[in-house]
Formats: sequence, C-alpha cells, structure tokens
Amino acid sequence: MGYLARQLAGRTDPAADAGWSDPPSRKGFFTDTSICIGCKACEVACKEWNALPMDGALDLTGNSYDNTGGLGASTWRHVAFVEQSQERITAARESGRRLVDLGMPTVGSPSPSPAPASRGVPAGYGTLPAPPEEHGPSLGELLSQKASAENGDLGTTLEGTPMVGPLPEFRWLMASDVCKHCTHAGCLDVCPTGALFRSEHGTVVVQADVCNGCGYCVGACPFGVIERRTDSSVSVTGDGHVPNIGVAQKCTLCYDRIGHDQEPACAQTCPTTSIRFGARDDMVAAAQDRVAQLHEQGFTEARLYGANDDDGVGGTGSVFLLLDEPEVYGLPPDPVCATSKLPEMFRAAGVAGLGLLAAGAVAFLGGRR
Amino acid sequence: MAPRDSTFLGWPVLRQLATGDLLGRGAAATSRRTREHQPRTVTADRVVQSVCPYCAVGCGQKVFVKDEKVVQIEGDPDSPVSRGRLCPKGAASEQLVNSPTRQTHVLYRAPGATEFRRMDRDEALDMVADRFVRSRADTWQELDDRGRRLRRTMGIASLGGATLDNEENYLMKKLFTAAGAIQIENQARI
Amino acid sequence: MANADCIIIQGSNMAECHPVGFQWVSEAKARGARVIHVDPRFTRTSAIADTHVPIRAGTDVVLLGALINHVLSNDLYFRDYVVAYTNAATLVSEDFVDTEDLDGIFSGFDPETGTYDPSSWSYAEREAPEGPSPETGGPAGDDASPDGGIESPAGDEHGASRRARAAGGQHGAAGPALSHANVLRDETLQHPRSVFQILRKHYRRYTPEMVRDVCGIPVEQFHEVARALTENSGRERTTCFAYALGWTQHSLGAQFIRTAAILQLLMGNMGRPGGGIMALRGHASIQGSTDIPTLFNILPGYLPMPIVGEHDTLQDYLAQISSPLQKGYWTEAESYTASLLKAWWGDAATPENDFCYDYLPRLTGAHGTYQTVLAMLDDEVEGYFVVGQNPAVGSAHGTMQRLALAHLKWLVVRDFQLVETATFWKDSPEIATGELRTEDIDTEVFFFPAANHVEKAGTFTQTQRMLQWRHQAVQPPGDAQSELEFFHELGVRVRARLAGSTDERDRPLLDLTWDYPKDAHGETDSEAVLREINGYHLTGERAGELLDSFTQMRPDGSTSGGCWIYTGVYAGGVNRSANRVPGRDQGEVAHDWGWAWPLNRRILYNRASADPQGRPWSERKAYVWWDEEARRWTGKDIPDFPVDREPSFRPDPDVGGPAALAGDDPFIMQADGKGWLFAPRGMVDGPLPTHYEAQESPVTNPLYAQQSNPSRLTYPRKDNLWSPSGAEPGAEVYPYVFTTYRLTEHHTAGGMSRWLPYLSELQPEMFCEVSPELAAERGLTNGDWATIISARSAIEARVLVTDRMRPLTVQGRTVHQIGLPYHWGVGGDAVVEGDGANDLLGIVLDPNVQIQESKVGSCDIRAGRRPRGEALRRLVADYQSRSGATVETGNARLTQGDR
Repeated sequence: MGYLARQLAGRTDPAADAGWSDPPSRKGFFTDTSICIGCKACEVACKEWNALPMDGALDLTGNSYDNTGGLGASTWRHVAFVEQSQERITAARESGRRLVDLGMPTVGSPSPSPAPASRGVPAGYGTLPAPPEEHGPSLGELLSQKASAENGDLGTTLEGTPMVGPLPEFRWLMASDVCKHCTHAGCLDVCPTGALFRSEHGTVVVQADVCNGCGYCVGACPFGVIERRTDSSVSVTGDGHVPNIGVAQKCTLCYDRIGHDQEPACAQTCPTTSIRFGARDDMVAAAQDRVAQLHEQGFTEARLYGANDDDGVGGTGSVFLLLDEPEVYGLPPDPVCATSKLPEMFRAAGVAGLGLLAAGAVAFLGGRR
Repeated sequence: MAPRDSTFLGWPVLRQLATGDLLGRGAAATSRRTREHQPRTVTADRVVQSVCPYCAVGCGQKVFVKDEKVVQIEGDPDSPVSRGRLCPKGAASEQLVNSPTRQTHVLYRAPGATEFRRMDRDEALDMVADRFVRSRADTWQELDDRGRRLRRTMGIASLGGATLDNEENYLMKKLFTAAGAIQIENQARI
Repeated sequence: MANADCIIIQGSNMAECHPVGFQWVSEAKARGARVIHVDPRFTRTSAIADTHVPIRAGTDVVLLGALINHVLSNDLYFRDYVVAYTNAATLVSEDFVDTEDLDGIFSGFDPETGTYDPSSWSYAEREAPEGPSPETGGPAGDDASPDGGIESPAGDEHGASRRARAAGGQHGAAGPALSHANVLRDETLQHPRSVFQILRKHYRRYTPEMVRDVCGIPVEQFHEVARALTENSGRERTTCFAYALGWTQHSLGAQFIRTAAILQLLMGNMGRPGGGIMALRGHASIQGSTDIPTLFNILPGYLPMPIVGEHDTLQDYLAQISSPLQKGYWTEAESYTASLLKAWWGDAATPENDFCYDYLPRLTGAHGTYQTVLAMLDDEVEGYFVVGQNPAVGSAHGTMQRLALAHLKWLVVRDFQLVETATFWKDSPEIATGELRTEDIDTEVFFFPAANHVEKAGTFTQTQRMLQWRHQAVQPPGDAQSELEFFHELGVRVRARLAGSTDERDRPLLDLTWDYPKDAHGETDSEAVLREINGYHLTGERAGELLDSFTQMRPDGSTSGGCWIYTGVYAGGVNRSANRVPGRDQGEVAHDWGWAWPLNRRILYNRASADPQGRPWSERKAYVWWDEEARRWTGKDIPDFPVDREPSFRPDPDVGGPAALAGDDPFIMQADGKGWLFAPRGMVDGPLPTHYEAQESPVTNPLYAQQSNPSRLTYPRKDNLWSPSGAEPGAEVYPYVFTTYRLTEHHTAGGMSRWLPYLSELQPEMFCEVSPELAAERGLTNGDWATIISARSAIEARVLVTDRMRPLTVQGRTVHQIGLPYHWGVGGDAVVEGDGANDLLGIVLDPNVQIQESKVGSCDIRAGRRPRGEALRRLVADYQSRSGATVETGNARLTQGDR
C-alpha cells in the first residue's frame, strides 16, 4: 500500500505516517475488564490530572452504579456497570465460543485441551475470573492444584450434597472505557484546523488552543468519544471558570505525562491493574495471553476489542478484554473510520493528491492561529 | 523531533515539508503550547512523601508542591502497601486540599444567632479556654456518693480522632485526662 | 493476604471500602486462592469473588458456629496446632453451665443488672495459690536490640496477687488477667470439661439446616464454604478472614469476631502467613486512635482507665491488669504504667506518690459516645469538642444526636468544611419538623478550620499496625491549624488561667509536661511528641537517650514512655516510622517501610507459624522458625516471641511473666500463652459466642428461648423505640430488614467526600437498594423515590431495583432486605446532600465495646417522597402506634419466660 493509501485504512504505523522520524514505540492501554472492581479511581484521577470540570447534573441515573453516563468533553474515563442474569451469562459464553470456533484472529489459539466445562474446575467458576498470575505458579500448576483441591469434580460435597453449579446466577460487569486512539482516527482525519494531531507515541491528541469548535470530529468518531464542552459543565475551582467551552475535548493518553516517562493518571491509580499502559504491541500480546488463559479456564465469553488491525479503524491503541458482546458495554460492534473509504473515492475521481494537498493547506491555515 | 523555532521556518507548511508530515497531522500540527508544555509533576518545586487520609490501608502518596501550593497528589509507587495505586477518594485528595468551599476562617455562632460570623482565631481560642475552665469548675466531681475519689468532670466531652495523627490523639488524651474529662471518644466506637 | 489460599470476606465490602488493599486479594486470587464473600448484598466485592453467599444481616454467629461444628464433627480441625497452641485441652470449672442447658444464657447471669458474674467460667485449678507468691526473677540480660526480638526480660515480682474480676471493655488488644497459668489440661481432649468438649457441645445444634433456617443460606452453599475453608487450611495451606463494621456494628459484634477467631484457631490459621483475621479499618488512623486512644475506657497502650472502687490505688490497678503468676508481657504493666505517668507528669511523678496515679480521673461505668449523647439530652454536658467527625450524620439515631447538640452550652467543631454538625442549628431536619427553632438554640458554636494531612507532619497507624510518618508539604491556609497546635495552645491557655491555683484539683494540669519545642514555622514539633510517646531513659548512664524497646521500661521511674507498644519507633534515636525503602528493593515483609508495633513485627503471634518443635509447619508456609545452630528464632519476620527461648523450654510453674512462657506458648499476650477457644475472662456476654437475634429482627430465635443478647445495653426511652420482633404482634408493621453501609465513592459521614466535586458527581444522591420482588410488592420504580420508615424516623431515597438484592427464605418465609448507604446528610453547604440512613437507627449497644447495632434494623418502605415539616413526625408516630411499640418493646433482658 502506498503512503497516501495507508494514511486512511489498513495496517500501518501511525506515528511514522504522521512524519515522526524515529518515533518511540506506539503506546496504548490494555483494559482488562475481568478484574475491574468498578471503583472509578480512573475517572477521578483522570479528571484531577486534567483539571476537568464537573459534567453538570448531580442526579442519580438509576443505571446501576453508573452516574457518569458515558465519555464526553469532561469525562475521559468512564466506568460502565452491567448487571446480568444467568441467561445472559450463558448467552455471552456461547457467543464467545462461537467466536473461538470462527477462529477470530485476535483471540489467540483456542485451547487444545478438552472442553473446559467437562473438566469441571475452574470452568466458569465464580462470577468473574481470577486476574492473571504475576509471580505465582504457572497456569498448568494452578489448574491441576485447583482440580485436585476440588477432587476434579464440582458435582458434590463431602457429604454428597450437590454443589452450587459452575455457572453463577448473576454477575456484575464493570469496564472502564476511554478514547480508543485509533490507528485510523476519523476525528483526526476530518479536523480542518490541525487541532488534532498524531503524537510521536501514535496517540491522538486534541489541542484546545488550536481547536475552533467546528465539531467535524464529533461526527467522525465511530465510538462517540470526542465532544465539544458545553456551558452546562460546572467549575471545580471556585472562581466559576470552566476552561475550553465550545472546544472539542477527549483523552490525550496523558500526552504530557508519557513524554516524561510517567504513566497516564488512570493506569497509575488503578488498584487492580485492570488498566495497564505500555507499548501497544505489548498490550495486545498481554491481552491475547489473557484471553487464551480465560478460554482455557472455560470463560469462553472473554474476547478482545480493538486488537484486530484489519478492522474498520485499523485496530485501536486502547485494547479491551470484554466478557460479553461490545454492545453490552455501550461499544459499537464494528466501528468504521468515517474516512476509510476516502482513498477509493479519491482514486475514482483522480484528484486524490489535490484533495489531500487542500487538506494540508487547511491545516496550514489552522496551524497559524 | 518537532521543530522549536518560532521564525518563519516554524510555519506549519514548512514544518510539514521538513518533517515529512505531509498531511499536517503529526509534528507539523503541534502548537507551540503543546510543544512547550511540561507536566506539573515535572515543574513542581518539590515532592513530599505522605499517606492517604481516607481509609486505614495507608496508601503512599506523593505530594507535588509548586510556589507553596499543592498542585498534584498521586500514588507513591515506592510504597509496599499500595504500589502507587489510589482509590477514587485518594485520587481526589488534591481537591481535599484545594477545595473551593474549604473553610479557612474561624466562625462563631452566638446563642440564638441565625448566622455565623467571622472571629479572630486568638479571640476564639481564648473564649474556648474560658469556657473550658468554667465548665470544668462548674461540673467538677471530686468524690462519689460513697466518698471515693473521682477527680473528674462530666461536663466536657470530645468526639473525634480516627483521622488524626497519633501525636494529636496523644496530646488530646493527655490534656483531657489531666483536666479530668473522661468522655473522650472517637470513630472507633462508631 | 496475598499468601492466602482461601479468603473469606464476611462483614466487609472490601473491594468497595478498601480498593487498594483489595489488590492483595486480587493477587491471591491470581495465584489460585478461592475468594468467598458472605454479605447480605451482592457488592463490588461479590462481583470478583468466586462465590457470593447472601446472608440475613446479623446471623453470622450461626454460619461460623456451624463451620465450627462441621470441623469438630468431621475431625477436620488442625489437631497438632489445636492441642499445642490453644486452650482446647484446658479444663473449665465445674460451676460452668452452657447455654445449651440454660436455653440461651450462661451461668452467672444477674437478671437485675443484666450482667454476668464470670467466675463460673474460669479454668479448673490444680491448686489455688494464696496471697503473693515468692519472688522470682527471670534471666538477666533484658535489653532488646533495637529491631530484634525480645531477649528474655526480667519477670520482676510486683503488686499483690489479688483475684481479678476483669471489667468488660477494658482489655483492648490485651488478654485479660488470670490469677496464674497453673491450669489442668487433658491433652486427649476427651475430658467432658475440657474446652474442646464444651465447644463441641455448645455448637452441636449449629447445623447446615440451622444455617438455612436462620441465615437463609442453602445447605449446598454452606458446604461449598465449608469445603473451601477446610481444604485450604492445615500445614500446607492457610485461609484468611477479613471483616469490618459488618461484624462490629451489632449488639453482639465482639462475639462475631470471637466466633471467627475460634474457627481460625481450630483450623490453625492464626500467626501464620496467609492466615489470620484481618480487621479492615475505615479511617486513616483508627488503629492509632485505639492504640493511643481517644476513648473513654483506656489509656495509651491498652492500659485501662481506672475505675472507682476497683482501681482506687495503683496497687489495685496493677493487680487487676495482670497477676504476677500469669504468663506473658502484661505482667510488666507496672513498668508501662510508671513510664506513662512519668511521661505525663515528669518530675512530679515519683515512686513515693505512685507516680501521680491519683491524678487520673476515675470511671464509674460506661462513658462512651452514646452514653454521652444521652447525658447531653439530660443537660449534664456543657461543652463538646467534635474533631474531624460528623455525628449529626455519622452516628446512630441522627435525630437524637442533633437534638443533643442543642442542649450544649458550647460546641467546638474542627473540620475542613462546614459539616452538618457545625450547622445543625440552622439547617438540621429538626428545624424543618419544628422540633428545633434556630432562635431558641442557646448553644455557642465555634468552628475552627483544620489543617489537612499534607499541611502537618505526623504519623498515621494503618490497619496492620504500621506507623507511617507523613512529611509536611505546605503550611495550612488562613486560620487553619493542626489538632496538635490547637490542643497544645488550648492547654497553654487553660494552664495560664489556672496558674497560681492552690486547688488540689488543678495540680494534674499544672504539673503536666506541656513544653514542646517548636518547629521552623513556630508550631508544636510533632517529632518531639512522637519521641515522648517512644520514651526515654531518665536516669543512669543512658539518661536522655530514647528507649529502644518496651522491655527496657522499668517500674521505678527511671524510664518514661507515652505508649509502651509504640516504644521502639524511635529505636536508636531514629524516627523509624519515616523509613521509606521502596517496596521493590526489599523482601515481601518490607520491614524497612514504616514501623509496626510491637517492635516492627508484622504478623502477631508468629511463633505459631512453626510447629511445637520450632520447625515450619510446611516449607510452603514457612515464616518464623527455630534455628537450632544459632539457638535463636529467625525467619522472614521479626519473631513475636523471646528470641532465644528454645521450643522445648518449660518454665518453673511458680514463675510469672515473660519468663513463664513455655517454648510452645505462641500467644505471648494471653495470660496462659494459648489461643483462647473458650474465654474464661474478658468477654462480658459469655465465654463462647452464641447466636442471638438482633434487637430488631423479623424472626424468633430458633436456637434458644432467649431472643436477644441478654447483656446488650438498652436505653428504654420514648425517643428510642423498637419495632416488635419475630412473632410479636405489630412486627408486621416494619416487615423488612435494612442494613447500612459505605460506597467506594464516599467517606463515612461525607465530610471528606460530599464537598469534593469529583466524588460527589460519582454518587450524587441517597438511594436504597431493593430486589425486583420487593419493588413489585411495594410498587417501587427504579429511579423514583421511596420512603423508608423505622420506629425512630423516616427518610427518603431514590430507588435502585437490582438483582443484587436477593430475597432470602428464612424459616419458610421470605425475608426482604433493603440496602442503605449512609453518607448523606441534610445541610446547606455540601456539593450533594440527602437524608441520612443513620436517622433510622436506634441506640442499642454491644456490652463489650459499646458499639451500636447499625447493620440491621426493621423498617417499612413505600413509594414516594417523605412528608415535609411536622407531617414527618406524624408519619413516624402513626407507624409506632400501629405497631403498638412502647418503651418496653424489645427491651426485655430475658425472654425465656415468653415460651
């Protein structure tokens, strides 16, 4: 694929494409929702570091413990809470199993061992799986330990009483959402002012001092992440001042911190390491390992989100491990970058270069503001 | 990486050509503010090790101070207790310090009054000391009804201490006990 | 906790209340540990636990008692540990009669006073020693190295050997006194009066079926828990319990914890890595505030406050703390007491005047925070200091709290924000109901702004007894000042007003050591205070030097020290609480970060991590062991044991104190060196935990005719009514159980969270959690309002309908539970406000610790907002009258005659 073509779709190194010579490794998040405890420290640490105002409403939403609602101009991390019945858990497990059967490219190789459910333990044991081991025994040891501890059979107790089944009756999912920092970022592609830029870390950052509030980016984001700040935001500083009203805002992946070898505020504070930060390749690898581990334990509902570089946004910088369909968490199942079809259109018109030059000129004008 | 000069060579279009960022989506699009911005964790005058004031886990905190103001509080990765992590309350500690509604004046409400009024701290402390001495005298119990020594006042009580320092609790207990006040309690019994 | 193989979280919502501590549970889980959460609600802790066990609030003793029965009946306990390290083999007096034989009460109960005489609970004696025993000195060489273990301190004889009747609530961390450790034992555990057999009989009827009928836990689920516990205990594996206020806030809360302690001793999970019972405490220094107490009943280091009639002289006092013939470190109480009094009264404290022991005021009973509030209502209290606390919202029976404040002459509130306690006189709910009128309230209110944790230097003691020094980052703003500065300054001014007084009552204030050096900003130097707490050598060649260990304390006035258990924090003259070697640069025990009492030991009683011969129980669980070559205890932690006492050592039976600890007596603060399955002393409401129903309960106690804890402290008053319970008529008026709790996003009564925008927007409104079934039964809609009515008050809350609340089946009928977070209060200053759940609570207290029962109560719930103004009181009165509740309701001590 040529330089221009790979700018808008497909596998690529976004920082190099944006002209960074010898950039550092592309950075990203791995959010493992299977170990999230829903404490919302990420939301607070993010708002505190970035001095974001309150969103405004101080009403209970009635939607479980989520009173934030979603990502927005003043909320760059958002924890979703999903309460699920056993039927829904069964469905999630089944849909995950189908993905495995389809050989989803991002989920790693399915376990070659017998169907986990038949092994009994720890197939689906408990409401949420255990976190990945850090310095404990290997997974194999762990499984055999557990199997022997449970006599290899979850069926009955010492006294012959039936055990509570392996499938929990209920579960409460929690997941911290954030800007995806797409490989092909619609917001960036349509920004006429150069307010959005691709950083040397491969992340997408918006510059409040450049943005003119046109709002093109808002419509171009397939995830509904970026938003313009409205005057319904409430100051937290006492002087009543809310900065950047009318300006597009979103997660910068702590551009200021990671440039100085500091972790993003959300990842640093996360009590259970549900949010991890690092080189995007490492994050994807860790996510794939984790999914493989969970599949081996019988949690076939585990799946990755954003780790597929051939999807509609060329993969995301923020990858997620989910325990159900993306829609359950309020995420689009098949996001597509709004500008990914542009090359074909331009080629057809034969004016691709001209059009892109024009875009460059707009960026030039914007850049002088 | 990004050119830093502010001459015409810094103009975006030239930067686009110079950096190879032909589409103006990378280095060339960065504003001067973006290029020059430094995080307040870097620009702080000093960093002080502290401990989170909320629950009893005792998470380590790093307090960043600039111009004698706290500008950032975050987890201390050195702490073997917390390994740099904080819960939402700990992560909100900076607001505890810099809260816009934080009270920084002594207030006094007279009997029957409908509002507080500001009072000089020294004057207020004197008034409290006067009341302390008078209530102690007026409610003193030297002996019980069987003539055994009590040496106390039941007229002065205190509640609080679970978020205070050990040194503070120590002085409180020492002072109140010496004064004969025994109804000294804290959250541990709630 | 990261070393545990199974973690049972019960009476705690750890993931929500201690999220960062929860990382260690996550880590244990990652290593393969089972995590079980027992809780009335499915919480964020349940969400990542392997198993959630819903339980009816207040029935934990039945579940734990059934586990005890299960391990005893099936021989699943850790026999070697139990025989060697607990009092299982000890024989109990023939006079003891169990609840099984008296239908719910133990021998010794006095129905008139509601108290027990515990003398029949004592150990059977081989011989009754008469009078003071012969003096016996311990081995010489009694100085401990600064951070080493204890080196056989001297067992000096002191005091008279008077038999003590330990008063409840006096012991703190200490074991209560025994006259001696000369007890009868049956190592086969077969003797019918052995603790082991008494225990077996006591819990015989605590069966899985009883668990089903009382707790609402299915039999299968009981077995799942039992199996997780038993398969993860023993030589190779350990199970840890974690609890919090879900256990303490009951009318028998201390017994909840005792039940878990018995179970953990039987399973051999005490003093070992990955074992124990973790008390998850809720405030930054709530541990410190009991170690150095702002509590009525104790002095620093868990020394009791003197009680009139029992402790009239220093000799009486010391005799009751410990007897010279019992084992362990409490026999040195004379040294700790003398050092404390020297720290407080300096040169005025001499051996001749018993170190000014007479300067200490005397107790005449319980003077806890709730008794104090009742005294306020009776106009007995004139002045009240409220320091970083918000009783108008955070204490039980909010109405009574606020009305009591209006009876004060003067009130001092010290806080960061104008908490509801500071503004009760203008915006409390009682202004709205007409019970209070601002102009009629004569209370003077002083609000002093407080310095926060970064604006002052000092130590917090966290939940594992570790002191961590905080350095000062900035100066406090405006008039804000630290408590240290405020109370020191108050003391200076009070003393100035009394200067020259010849009244003997003023001597304790005037003789008080109150001169502290100032720091660079002219404020009281907190390190100087910490040094005073640590203590000094006062005489001899080391005069002026800081003590290295409490074993250096002497009863002759030659040492000082404000809190003996903290001695060593300044060992070698270095502030060890400020140690900050990064965790990644040291071993997992991390001794060089902060300092834990006692003497920087991180697991108490860790001698029990080795077998009686001193070998680790297993390689996997090795922690502290006897090094045969070096002739010393060694290991990963600092041994909590005389470091050179070999495992085979057997003391002279006539010796007391540390010298009397055998080489296999790991529980060095207990009077017999053993873990107490049966408590012959120390608990005022029984030597064994027994199930009683809560003060307000939907069911009749199926185990005994005795419905509630007969020793609970009740306050029959018209403003403290109770719902009828069980089968009593009128109980149906308040048909539901409510329980109160915290959320991650807020902190207790909200003073440090409801004023912070980022936390307020995460949980902006008071809500109640109900099951879909209850919502259907009462017509409640998710997101709409509901009114919850108890026999005390009524509050409103937004409704969350959720499957996380599950109706339980108890004795064949459905019991609905309602969840109520308690962070909100009515005022005018916070970012978010709302009705306070604590307004629903009444005052009934655990007799051991005077903590209120706030985890369970009875209520009704209905759709819609509560009435405004006076109508609110009419609603409450209407319910009271329909239920027929009177001041007698629920307050009978004994209910055995009722059947």
